[in-house]
Amino acid sequence: MTDTANDIPLDARPVIAHGMRLQWEPAQDAHVLLYPEGMVKLNGSAGAIMSRCDGVRTVADIVADLERTYKQSGLTGDVLAFVAMAVGRHWLEARP
Amino acid sequence: MNATPVGHALGAPGAAPGGAPGTAQPAHVVGPPLWLLLELTYRCPLHCVFCYNPTEFASTGPELATADWIRVLREARSLGAVQLGLSGGEPLVRDDLEEIVGEAHALGFYINLITSGIGMTEPRIKALKTAGLDHIQLSFQDSTREMNDFLSSTRTFELKTKVAALIRAHDYPMVLNVVLHRHNIDHVGEILAMAERMGAQYVELANTQYYGWAWLNREQLLPSRAQLERAEATTRTFRERVGDAMQIYFVVPDYFETRPKACMSGLGSVFLAVAPDGTALPCHAARMLPGLELPNVRDAHIRAIWYDSQAFNRFRGDAWMKEPCRSCPEKVKDFGGCRCQAYLLTGDAANADPVCDLSPHHALVTEAVARAERAVGAAAGAARAPALTFRDHRVSIPVVIEGTAVPEEKRT
Repeated sequence: MTDTANDIPLDARPVIAHGMRLQWEPAQDAHVLLYPEGMVKLNGSAGAIMSRCDGVRTVADIVADLERTYKQSGLTGDVLAFVAMAVGRHWLEARP
Repeated sequence: MNATPVGHALGAPGAAPGGAPGTAQPAHVVGPPLWLLLELTYRCPLHCVFCYNPTEFASTGPELATADWIRVLREARSLGAVQLGLSGGEPLVRDDLEEIVGEAHALGFYINLITSGIGMTEPRIKALKTAGLDHIQLSFQDSTREMNDFLSSTRTFELKTKVAALIRAHDYPMVLNVVLHRHNIDHVGEILAMAERMGAQYVELANTQYYGWAWLNREQLLPSRAQLERAEATTRTFRERVGDAMQIYFVVPDYFETRPKACMSGLGSVFLAVAPDGTALPCHAARMLPGLELPNVRDAHIRAIWYDSQAFNRFRGDAWMKEPCRSCPEKVKDFGGCRCQAYLLTGDAANADPVCDLSPHHALVTEAVARAERAVGAAAGAARAPALTFRDHRVSIPVVIEGTAVPEEKRT
């Protein structure tokens, strides 16, 4: 398991890992990640990032979208760190 | 058919940069029944000695019809249920399984099929995929045909091996579940090697939990501490070798612990099971608990069952607790442990789980472990295994097989 952001390049195209499912659950007011016999309830930031990981958009695209949507700047480090953590936990696969 | 399928990570917080961590809910706030387990039938072609199904299952009422199960799915989903287990007995004996899966998928459930594999065919596994089944958990009793077939009292090993190949071929995530106990825990290395050959992504090495048929067989199933430590060491070595390729859950037998498991995250917290006859249960073993007025989905909406019924409220929060739990700072972590275990061992379901060494009844657990130590030591030189009671649905009384021989080459 790796928690370093060094492994994930900005042009990687993260996608929800095989066998995992991300969905919005109104009853929990949150995105959840579902996998065999388990579930992770994501907080708002995690949900915002994961829901953009479609295997098409690059990390750079996702950062730009988040910065636009939430009217923030300088999110690159946070997003890279999250994607690296999520890849390490097998929540995401980072495609080149 | 299987060990207690507790969700490993239910309630685990999601980590995210810059976000506030999930806030813990006060004990009196009742959340949704996130984990729905439908025990579609008690019928099962296997006769496992460690089955948690109630030993009196042959006397329960008729199974729910397809329309009833689909209504249960809709009601539970409307409350926020999202993880769905389809279990039994053997769920593949229901010929409406595909229809139930299809409805559950349309509703947005993540669907886990918990099966022995008996009854799985190429057409069915394809139909289940089309219907939206997400994952298959396949149980094995051991790594060899001899022990698998002995412990399940059937000839099923090769069939299960074929089903494992089908699961891979049809691109389901595969969890292999092996229930561990005295007679197979020494084969953990072989079991893990088998799982690797089969391409399993997840392996559950689930030490037997002592309810139902397993409780009946506890004196013959509980391993020794030396067996447990060897198995843990073997698992560690294997993990280091395979790394991320396989995720291995080693469920420790709680008799060897000094603090109880946080069973079901507390009864009535996240888990709702429905038995084949429609009985709603706050835990699959809860039918044994005296004083629980168990509701039936034929008579009541899941909403009323979950929020209002006596059975689901009886052990919520901590007002029901006795000492030493009531004043214990750890009650928020373990909720007093397992109610069924407290009842089975002490006769009072509101007592502390005697696994806890703060329980005045803890000696009941340590004495059982001590008997296991002596029995394993004695069996090492003996030619015959002790009697085991195989789960059997044709008769309501247990069938006792005296002195069934354990294959000689499996002794260590």
